[in-house]
Amino acid sequence: MKKMSVKTVVAIGIGAALFFVLGRFVAIPVPFVPNTTFNLQYGVLGLFAAMFGPLAGMLIGFVGHTLIDLSWGSPWWSWIIASASFGLLTGFFTRKLDLESGEFGKKEIITFNVGQVVAHLIAWIVLAPTLDVLIYAENATKVFTQGAVAGVVNAVTTGIVGTVLMLAYSKTRTKRGSLDKD
Amino acid sequence: MPQPIIEFKNFGFQYDAQAKPTLYDINLSIYPGEKVLIVGPSGSGKSTLASCINGLVPFSYPGKSTGSLTVAGLDAPHSSLFELSRHVGTVLQDPDGQFIGLTVGEDIAFALENDQVPGPEMHRIVEQVADLVDLKNYLHHAPHALSGGQKQRVSLAGVMVDDVEILLFDEPLANLDPATGKQTIELIEAIQKRSNATVVIIEHRLEDVLWRKVDRIVLVADGRIVADARPDDLLAGKLLREHGIREPLYLTALKYAGVDITPQMHPAYLDTIQLTEQDKQKVKGWYHAVQQAEQPMEKPVLLQVENLTFGYEEGQTNLEDASFSVRQGEMVSIVGRNGAGKSTLSKLICGFETPRSGRIFINGRDVSGDTIKERAAHVGYVMQNPNQMISKPMIWDEVELGLLQTDLTPEERKERVEQTLKICGLYPFRKWPVSALSFGQKKRVTIASVLVMNPQIIILDEPTAGQDFHHYTDIMEFLRGLNKAGVTVLMVTHDMHLMQEYTHRALVFSNKRLLHDGTAVEALTQPELVQAASLKETSLFELAQKCGIQPAETFVQRFIDFDRQVRENE
Amino acid sequence: MSKNAALSYLPRASVVHRLTGTTKLAFFLLWSTAAMLTYDTRLLAAMTVGGLVLFSVSKIRLSEVKGALLFMMLLVVLNLTAIYLFAPDQGTEIYGTKTVWVHLFWRYDITAETMFYLLNFFMKYSAVIPVALLFILATNPSEFAASLAGIGVSYKVGYAVALALRYIPDVQRDFHNISQAQQARGINLSGKDKVLTRLKNSAAILLPLVLASLSRIETVSNAMELRGFGKHKKRSWYMQRPFQNIDWIAMGLGLVVLLISLGLLVVHQSRFFNPFV
Repeated sequence: MKKMSVKTVVAIGIGAALFFVLGRFVAIPVPFVPNTTFNLQYGVLGLFAAMFGPLAGMLIGFVGHTLIDLSWGSPWWSWIIASASFGLLTGFFTRKLDLESGEFGKKEIITFNVGQVVAHLIAWIVLAPTLDVLIYAENATKVFTQGAVAGVVNAVTTGIVGTVLMLAYSKTRTKRGSLDKD
Repeated sequence: MPQPIIEFKNFGFQYDAQAKPTLYDINLSIYPGEKVLIVGPSGSGKSTLASCINGLVPFSYPGKSTGSLTVAGLDAPHSSLFELSRHVGTVLQDPDGQFIGLTVGEDIAFALENDQVPGPEMHRIVEQVADLVDLKNYLHHAPHALSGGQKQRVSLAGVMVDDVEILLFDEPLANLDPATGKQTIELIEAIQKRSNATVVIIEHRLEDVLWRKVDRIVLVADGRIVADARPDDLLAGKLLREHGIREPLYLTALKYAGVDITPQMHPAYLDTIQLTEQDKQKVKGWYHAVQQAEQPMEKPVLLQVENLTFGYEEGQTNLEDASFSVRQGEMVSIVGRNGAGKSTLSKLICGFETPRSGRIFINGRDVSGDTIKERAAHVGYVMQNPNQMISKPMIWDEVELGLLQTDLTPEERKERVEQTLKICGLYPFRKWPVSALSFGQKKRVTIASVLVMNPQIIILDEPTAGQDFHHYTDIMEFLRGLNKAGVTVLMVTHDMHLMQEYTHRALVFSNKRLLHDGTAVEALTQPELVQAASLKETSLFELAQKCGIQPAETFVQRFIDFDRQVRENE
Repeated sequence: MSKNAALSYLPRASVVHRLTGTTKLAFFLLWSTAAMLTYDTRLLAAMTVGGLVLFSVSKIRLSEVKGALLFMMLLVVLNLTAIYLFAPDQGTEIYGTKTVWVHLFWRYDITAETMFYLLNFFMKYSAVIPVALLFILATNPSEFAASLAGIGVSYKVGYAVALALRYIPDVQRDFHNISQAQQARGINLSGKDKVLTRLKNSAAILLPLVLASLSRIETVSNAMELRGFGKHKKRSWYMQRPFQNIDWIAMGLGLVVLLISLGLLVVHQSRFFNPFV
């Protein structure tokens, strides 16, 4: 493991706290699909992974999701690992983005979204169901269907929320430059 | 002559991210055991100066330095954060940010843990230091269970475990109520006496720091040291005022009365200042000469609160049986210590929380059943930190946001936004991103985004917290203008200056109850009230007593009215 | 928020509470790995009983976790129903036989094998839940970071977890305040708005929350660096308690359970206990 900076440590802690609060207390139900909610926390995790890198993304997903599960009673490891993988993969796919510089145009939006969608697909349609089958001997059709729904919903959430956040964040980075009163 | 413990020699610093240097040509020596106050307006470079001493600059915020800086024998810019942290203990401005541990004990132990001090020894040191700052019975408390002052003491204990030679306080008074601020200044003095540490305090609230003796005051402006002098010398001069630092009010009053302030009078502290009979006569003469401003005619009642009681959790109350009314066009302060029920009250008025019992009337109509959104048509709420309110990157969008949820046509919206931006002096900036604005301008944006809904009352939480005199005046004069235009303004505040200068009336809360509903001057001059609500007596009151002026309250009121006129004409 | 209050530490004077955090964490991990690996009905039953015994020893009353239990029951029942709807023959696939009790309609039979599979699936929960609850309710959060370090996790990761626990209430308060102020401007997360509007609205609340969090990251990391965090390869822990005999016993017990689970796997060459052949 690479040497972690203090800032990364803090970003993991506070990122996980954000992930927890959003995942635990904020629910927007998905229409037509019972018992499914938009998980806003993945939008924030996408942003943090892009800003602080794959390791931070992975640990925010892992710690945040574990804390959510523990606060309900019992951890569901296959899905926790999926959240961690989403953070890891998104951080990896977006490693070239530089939000600090304030550059966030079409190209960056596409990079981020392709990255996050692929990450979600791998996490929820490949990893989570496979682990469900391996660990809990669940029926494959069932868990792959569940995974597909979760993956699509999460990718939509991350696409909307994450992109809006990144656009807004990158705008807060613009320097005064050539602004004129009129 | 001993060696200085901190020595800047022709020191300059430029952040990598900035085009110009922040500090120029600093020459400053601080000797072991000294207590030095560094003052300066926002953006003067005083915080950068402090960060150079503890190593945040250049190790966390990189940049280029010139000249030399020696701290406790170390070549600071070429040392390391860890090395410097052995000698310099820093108490940061934000007590929640610095409180890292889950409990008091853990937080105090933090530095020891990092130094791999073994368990039993660690517990011994923590208990010893906790005792010094009077927190021995709080070791298992979580930060949420502590007051602002207690959190600050935890921060202090957390740096004292290292036996540092230098204690650095970065705006220690910014988040505290007045009485707690006084205690902090007393505590700093007591700790210094016991440990013989060198103390450096960065603060722009001069009068509050001068509650206790300091050896020197360093005035920083535009990245340079403008003055480095004994308090008596500096306060007798004009430099502070010229650089936007507010001098103690009793000195302003003396100057208005035509008293000549000299260093020989020891003007730095209220208990050392020497006034001759002649000076006192001058003050008396001035007192009789100035007129008290007339009180405006009473307008009809706009907001009426009846027997309001509320608690966030069952079996516990945060506000008990509050009743009062506010008339149209009033500007009222809501004051009292943290947790006294002030914020709870504003949340209830805005409809964010539902009272357990009691009713709220606006224009005579019971609004208890209204939703937050319906209530917002009458009452606007402005949070303390504009960054917590602004959710759109562009100014226009931010101000328009609330209107998008209404039935207005796009043309009507455009008109309303333009009108509001003009009132708020933001029209020239309408196409700018919010991020290009200063703190004060952002505050205006948040006020504009609330005003655009045409509320009759706006409630502001700590409108000027952490602002220097210039920004404070800017924000407050703007609010005063709005108030004159007919908006009723309620302000939750810790700032005694704000209360006495801008609001005639104050609601004082203490221990969940409304303790006083009367003039701001009474709230600042009645000792029982001052004590119960953690306020601070104004130094004008004591000045009046020194000069034998009766009643002192009237003196304070006349000063405020006079000062207002002077500043309006400036 | 009280209606779905999160589970948190309940201090009691019990043997379970006296165990060090490291022990509880290690025990919980050993125990849940054992339950994860096996589908052996006998072991799962024994673990369920064992877990309940430990729970009763902890002096935490069942009524204190009623809400959480009901919620988890609901989840389990939903999950069981979903499994049945998707795969009414899952039991036959696993155990190889098909004993129809009742024929419902189309491909839905109630078979002894599938019911047994569902029972086992349920027991995988019942074997872990008491121990998981104990871990959450009987571990002082302050010991958590030290416990992670105790089982060999890097102290930086351990401290990141401690920071998460420290700042959850602050973030929650920020979120609450920000969303109230935004509601006053008509921006709502709940209510009758269209889903897309609500998602966009959520960004209006999230942006200030995220920006506040980013500036908090800056302050906190400055404060930590100023007090020497990351100075050495190791650090000591204020909340770490020395191991007692009972800790070794508990760890041993956890290890034994895991070994039994592995043993059954090796002996049977299968994760399942099959009463049908």
